[in-house]
Amino acid sequence: MSLLKVEDLSVNYGVIQAVKGVNFEVNEGEIVSLIGANGAGKTTILKTISGILKPAGGKIYYEDREIQSEKSEKIVLGGISQVPEGRHIFPGLTVMENLQMGAFLRKDKAALKNDYDAVFSRFPVLSERKNQDAATLSGGEQQMLAMGRALMAKPKLILLDEPSMGLAPIFINEIFDIIKEIQKQGTTVLLIEQNASKALSIADRGYVLATGNILMTGTGEELLANEDVQKAYLGG
Amino acid sequence: MDTILQQLVNGLSLGSIYALLALGYTMVYGIIKLINFAHGDIYMVGAFWGYYVINQLHFNFWLALISAMIFCGLFGVLVEWLAYRPLRNSPRIAALITAIGVSFLLENGMAYLFTSNVRSFPQVMHVVRYHLGGVSISNIQLLILVVSIVLMVLLQLIVRKTKMGKAMRAVSVDPEAAQLIGINIDHTISFTFALGSALAGAAGVMIGLYYNSIDPLMGMTPGIKAFVAAVLGGIGLIPGAAIGGFVIGLLETIMQALGFSAFKDAAVYAVLIIILLIKPAGILGKKIKEKV
Repeated sequence: MSLLKVEDLSVNYGVIQAVKGVNFEVNEGEIVSLIGANGAGKTTILKTISGILKPAGGKIYYEDREIQSEKSEKIVLGGISQVPEGRHIFPGLTVMENLQMGAFLRKDKAALKNDYDAVFSRFPVLSERKNQDAATLSGGEQQMLAMGRALMAKPKLILLDEPSMGLAPIFINEIFDIIKEIQKQGTTVLLIEQNASKALSIADRGYVLATGNILMTGTGEELLANEDVQKAYLGG
Repeated sequence: MDTILQQLVNGLSLGSIYALLALGYTMVYGIIKLINFAHGDIYMVGAFWGYYVINQLHFNFWLALISAMIFCGLFGVLVEWLAYRPLRNSPRIAALITAIGVSFLLENGMAYLFTSNVRSFPQVMHVVRYHLGGVSISNIQLLILVVSIVLMVLLQLIVRKTKMGKAMRAVSVDPEAAQLIGINIDHTISFTFALGSALAGAAGVMIGLYYNSIDPLMGMTPGIKAFVAAVLGGIGLIPGAAIGGFVIGLLETIMQALGFSAFKDAAVYAVLIIILLIKPAGILGKKIKEKV
């Protein structure tokens, strides 16, 4: 069953039409990767799903209800949380406070403690730095914090925008392992990446995006094996 | 020596009023990058509220103070909702000019409704002066100092420890990321205006008691000085506003003690110019580092 379905979505960014009638869907339990060069409209799509940008046309269905005109707050409450490009952790707040902000809308106070523990066991480094200013973390640690923060909202669908950007190779592998883990534990993942080979290798399905249009779709393996994809995005 | 101590006492109580006002400037700036020039007028509204509830409803000082804080808090939220929220996505200059317009509206609106006469503030408290050596301090000065410090500590607790306080800090550093995890930006901004305006309301009632006179234009100069205090401490930084307020208060009284009463306002503005030239980020301000 499709958890998220994007239908004929177009979004303007200022005067530019950044997304031009895009269709795709994410089924429950999948990892779906959207790949494409810089400026292909990937981030714009994610921001529109999260309700930060409003579409010029088209529909977004989540659990069979239209969400394209809902406020971001309601979308998070419905179970979609996002890890934005460049992490965007809150400097000046401690690691713990950042995680608490992730749980901002949660009413089930009793379950919170377990969820903090779950985040800390998944990211032990965060537990060590619980009371440190989040700005003092390294890039990789900030990425983990941003993911932990998004997970604290208990999402059914997590949107990851360029999680490997600017990270050392050792962290990149770790982040992708964690994404697999997140999927295993029942959260559906929509992943945006420029690191196409990594993104496709963990994806159940993928979409290739160029200048606001979907060019191709297939399983992760199919796309990895595709010659055009290799030429354009995998440096082959 | 006694005169210096005396001025220190006077400066601290005046400074704590500036500090309360500066906190409102700095919090609002921190969250929506707006210099809310109408903030001094909220303080005036607080003083008038105090005047009426004491005269008409015979409130005591504490009731007047607390009710003024509640009233001004709501009033600040209303002003934000009517005047600034519609401009949320407009250029910053539009909101800034609107703030000046709101300030004029409040000043002239109050003058129209209540005349521009100077009124004497009802003295709800019997003034007692204590003499310690050569230093004289009144119970009202002590009250202002203690109430201000208690309010600042409370504010600090709210901002550090409560969920809304943390959300305020999160929105002020990264509104978009805050939205992505479900923080409602509008509610957080309203909350900020409520806090800042409540402090201004408290300052208004206390200054009425201290100076014994109020009028619709009373917010102008203290408003600008509190703004200077906020910039001096580092705009957007809560501890900075408190420090800036005390520094400005002390500076003014020291100028007076040295016989330069006529120049005390000029000294405050000179400090603004100097700080903008030498350390534009303010006493506590750091150069902004960006991590990519």
